[in-house]
Amino acid sequence: MTMALVGMPNSGKSTFFNGLTGSHSPIGNWPGLTVELHQGSVQLEGRSVQLIDLPGIYDLHGLSEDEAIVRRFLETTPVDLLVLIINASQIDRQLRLALQVQQLGLPALLLLNMGDEAERFGVRINTEALSQRLCMPVLLISAKYSACFKTVELALAAALAKAGPPRRVEGLEERLGAGEAALEGRLAELLNQCVQLPERLRDQLTRRLDRLLLHPLLGLPLFFLAMFLMFQAIYALGVPLQQLLGQLLNGFGTAVLTPLLASAPAFVRGLLLEGLYQGIGTVAAFLPVIFLFFLAMAVVEDSGYLSRAAFLMDALMERLGLDGRSFVLSLMGFGCNVPAILGTRVMRSKGLRILTMLVIPFSLCSARLNVFLFMTAALFAPRQGAAVLFSLYLISFLAAILTALIFKGQFPSREPLLLELPPYRFPTIKQMLVRSWTEVRHFWFWSRKFIIFGVVAVWLLNNLPWGVAPASDQSLSGLLGSALQPLLQPIGINPKLTVALVFGFIAKEIVLGGLAVIYNQADMGQLGHALARDISWTQAYSFMLFTLLYTPCLSTVAVIRSESKRWGVTLLSVFWSLLLAWLVAFCFFQGSRLMGWA
Amino acid sequence: MPQQSDTSPLSTLRPGESATIESLGGDLGLMRRLKALGLGRGQRIHLLRRAWMAGPLHVRVGMTELMLRRVDAIHIRITPRAA
Ligand SMILES: Nc1nc2c(ncn2[C@@H]2O[C@H](COP(=O)(O)OP(=O)(O)OP(=O)(O)O)[C@@H](O)[C@H]2O)c(=O)[nH]1
Ligand SMILES: [Mg+2]
Repeated sequence: MTMALVGMPNSGKSTFFNGLTGSHSPIGNWPGLTVELHQGSVQLEGRSVQLIDLPGIYDLHGLSEDEAIVRRFLETTPVDLLVLIINASQIDRQLRLALQVQQLGLPALLLLNMGDEAERFGVRINTEALSQRLCMPVLLISAKYSACFKTVELALAAALAKAGPPRRVEGLEERLGAGEAALEGRLAELLNQCVQLPERLRDQLTRRLDRLLLHPLLGLPLFFLAMFLMFQAIYALGVPLQQLLGQLLNGFGTAVLTPLLASAPAFVRGLLLEGLYQGIGTVAAFLPVIFLFFLAMAVVEDSGYLSRAAFLMDALMERLGLDGRSFVLSLMGFGCNVPAILGTRVMRSKGLRILTMLVIPFSLCSARLNVFLFMTAALFAPRQGAAVLFSLYLISFLAAILTALIFKGQFPSREPLLLELPPYRFPTIKQMLVRSWTEVRHFWFWSRKFIIFGVVAVWLLNNLPWGVAPASDQSLSGLLGSALQPLLQPIGINPKLTVALVFGFIAKEIVLGGLAVIYNQADMGQLGHALARDISWTQAYSFMLFTLLYTPCLSTVAVIRSESKRWGVTLLSVFWSLLLAWLVAFCFFQGSRLMGWA
Repeated sequence: MPQQSDTSPLSTLRPGESATIESLGGDLGLMRRLKALGLGRGQRIHLLRRAWMAGPLHVRVGMTELMLRRVDAIHIRITPRAA
């Protein structure tokens, strides 16, 4: 049996879906967070029922990519029950969707979500009267708090028992068209009979916060200050944790694994210890930073501040050929570029979508952050290190702006921007922990796959042909490094770093593990010393610039291809970022030599 | 019924002022999105603020707050006072 969740963006569909099925669909106070189908299952009276979390739709006529996904789904997939979710505190406008869904002629159940906010804002709803008039069960719930799910399960089971065989929607357009003329009248009548709206808006908190945070002059500085403090806090807490974990892992390697493998053949021992364990350990040490990072992201995304950022930045973004949503998606890209690129589905204009997709890969994602945290700690004093990191964030922004300015002529757009500014919210502790835990797990599984492959490959390149001195000029990696020297020497990248960069094309998670293998150092401190002996700070900074700007990872390339559906755009993105990376690193490195810094 | 000459585009409203929506224009997609966000004929609309540098408008209609660009606001015509 199958149920599908339909509702407007930001009405709490994913929250409900997670609560009912125990899945981890991402949640955030941002209209358009879910842009794909997520599936989960729930036990209802002993039967397993599929539940599908759909992207939000404003309107069943909707024209954007994510809305088209919903329409296609309804027209092609037979479902037993439509579960319609609307935000109870905005029932005055969202009830329209309920009337449209009624036109579809499928069995439906209406959930009025955010009952807690409706009550706080003074919205009163007579659910029984509404249920009678809409001819479907109506429940008032708060999906954010788990108390409501018992009654919901009972109601769903009852509705499923009454529903006939699964059906898909036939003739969607005609059905909608038939009811459209009478829609306004019915909406007004229903609201009149079943809903009592407050005389004045009661959300004083949001009003007061907005007065400060959207202030014409203070708004933007406050926003950047908040972001800056957030990153500072993550480093202040995360870096010591990371160092501690790194030491523990290294200790485990020397105390337990080395004796254990003492009798194994040299090749196997080298591959397992120097290759796999070193590589994976280096990356595992970063899990605490990732956890903290997404804990903070969960608060930012759930607070509603992102929509405010879109409001504050839209005027600037418009001049770059983008809009406020592009800015917010770029911010999400600081976590990971892939979901941010998927998030562009909320845009209707092709030009705007593509330009945003070209810009997002310059956001300094958490995988690149690992490399930078490590290298700044290894080659710079703590105070300089902070400035170096800050400069990298700055360059990440500048590269995005430059890219937009250069390509906005190629990808013009003129799309109306209408965006809800939802009330300020705060995630529950559980929401925050689930979010970060999901991300950490994802990062771990994901990076492990790449790292095992990448690290083993790097180790083999270093040690083959078997018998040469590891990583020497005669080894495969030495040959590869020398072959690329004419291109990379002008930007200060030596053969060893070259190998790390080549593998970084697959995923940045490999870079650090790869370096650990190349320099044959598991301990972070030791690896740092080895690096510092081998390269100058200008070489290191040039390496970081290149890492920041060239293609983030193969997954990003793949998602650009699948979302833009154009190879031209995909290749443009790859080549432009390589070119920019090389040019910036070249200017810096040669400039620093002229200045006599190195 | 107010005369056509009484109506003006939403972009002329000043922060803190309210008005009644008289008509919606623009293409069909824009009109539908406006309606889905609660902007319909006869609704009261309140302008909370304008962003700096000719940026978007922050308005409230019913229980919903939203932002829209000034160029799009031209398509919404208002009468300053409900008769
Ligand atoms: N106060 C309150 N907030 C809720 C409730 N349910 C969800 N939220 C919040 O509403 C916001 C949107 O929730 P989501 O579950 O991401 O909404 P969605 O419908 O999946 O949104 P899209 O994926 O963008 O279509 C988040 O900030 C949630 O924490 C509720 O019952 N009460
Ligand atoms: Mg969602």
